[in-house]
Amino acid sequence: MIYDALIAPFTEFEFMRRALAAVIALSLGGAPIGVFLMLRRMSLVGDAMAHAILPGAAIGFLLSGLNLFAMTTGGLIAGFTVAILAGMVSRSTGLKEDASLATFYLVSLALGVTIVSIKGTNIDLLHVLFGNILAMDDPTLLVIASNATITLLVLAVIYRPLVIESVDPVFLRTVSRAGAPSHLAFLALVVINLVNGFQALGTLLAVGLMILPAGIARFWSRDITGMICIAVASAVLSGYAGLVLSFETKVPSGPAIILTAAVLYIGSVLFGSVGGLFRQLFPGRHLEA
Amino acid sequence: MVAQIKFNDVTLGYDRHPAVHHLDGEVASGALLAVVGPNGAGKSTLFRGLVGILKPLAGSIATGGLDVKDIAYLPQAVDIDRSFPISVYDFVGTGLWRATGFFGGMGKAARDRIAHALSAVGLNGFENRPIGTLSGGQMQRMLFARVLLQDARLIVLDEPFNAIDARTSADLLDLVKHWHAEKRTVLAALHDMELVRANFPQTLLLARGPVAWGATADVLTAENLLEARRMCEAFDDSAHACAVDDLPSRAA
Repeated sequence: MIYDALIAPFTEFEFMRRALAAVIALSLGGAPIGVFLMLRRMSLVGDAMAHAILPGAAIGFLLSGLNLFAMTTGGLIAGFTVAILAGMVSRSTGLKEDASLATFYLVSLALGVTIVSIKGTNIDLLHVLFGNILAMDDPTLLVIASNATITLLVLAVIYRPLVIESVDPVFLRTVSRAGAPSHLAFLALVVINLVNGFQALGTLLAVGLMILPAGIARFWSRDITGMICIAVASAVLSGYAGLVLSFETKVPSGPAIILTAAVLYIGSVLFGSVGGLFRQLFPGRHLEA
Repeated sequence: MVAQIKFNDVTLGYDRHPAVHHLDGEVASGALLAVVGPNGAGKSTLFRGLVGILKPLAGSIATGGLDVKDIAYLPQAVDIDRSFPISVYDFVGTGLWRATGFFGGMGKAARDRIAHALSAVGLNGFENRPIGTLSGGQMQRMLFARVLLQDARLIVLDEPFNAIDARTSADLLDLVKHWHAEKRTVLAALHDMELVRANFPQTLLLARGPVAWGATADVLTAENLLEARRMCEAFDDSAHACAVDDLPSRAA
């Protein structure tokens, strides 16, 4: 019975196995990025970037229809352009990054919607907006897996400067010139992972598998290493449980994954060991020292 | 006496408005120099120019071939995200950046140095505390521990003893004297004249331009301090371009 519900879908159906593989790859790459987005107070920047990808993907769609490779390339180009332009504007003019990013992403969003409306049906639009994790073919799966690999490798290289820049940016500026390059590399990783999630969850939900696990992790660990581990674990768990949920019910797979993550998030807000509400209401007797 | 720092007619400021105006002079290697002056005198600006975060509007600052990593800088308003989940131990460990860089491991020697730095500032037992739980004084002790680990030839401290209790500032002052004994060049912006008179052999009295520069006793006279207070912050939105730069001798 439990076997039927929890394991059989994956042993019997190949598309479920592929979906599970995709969601695990997405979690490994996206969750650590989400933790940094949250700690750098850039959670909404991730959301903005997700919209910025749209015109690129739309141009890819315009040129070659629902071809994932073309849409991914277009999305990457658009995302990088916006990320780098916004980063450069804020670094060279002192305009805050969120403000310059907001400008760029609003322009991209308007552009994207215009392009999609030139050629395309409502079904195409739905696919672009919500993705389809149950339709993973080999090339798509490979793209997702290699993007996750690239993410982890690059993150390992820029990890120290990124942490130092998040805590004490002035200090990093005085000891090293790695600050700006690693910040730009980080923005690039954000884009790569958004495009990755875009395949599976669509423009609107792609950022969910990055931010929600990070929010969950904040309630269970005081330490960034612990946070990253918890974020990855909860992303994988929500991915798996979401797929099972959507298999057993009529809930579409993308929203099912994000809704599962949301349930975990609510549980963490209530019962988390670091600053959870329950813990605040019943903190226990105070200590001696 | 070798000069560690040479200010060559340097002007520093923001948006073309100078905050430090035409400063010339040298700081000897191994000097212990106090920089004093009223608020807005340009002390912090001078330090920012010195450590390379602010480009001079004119003139230049030579640091005797010191690499950026040979300079330890403790800014006044430390822009630290105290909610970031990092332990005191890891935070202080970032002072070893020069030795470890992106990937270098933290071996036994490095861990010993971190432990030693923490005990030197009296933060034993705080290793695993998140930085957000520290008090103001403990925070300053932690920042000094990081400066200690940076092992820099030139140490620049911007108002290091502000809002710090007597005991803590005495402890930290001992560290500064220790650095001086190790022949490091130390510059500190300070407001406590008694502290400067008692501990700093040399003083630069700054009020946008230098008012006096030399042995502390000669610099901190009543007239000089009055003069510094009088040279107010002459910020003028419609100021003309500084005429000194147009003199024929400089154009050549």
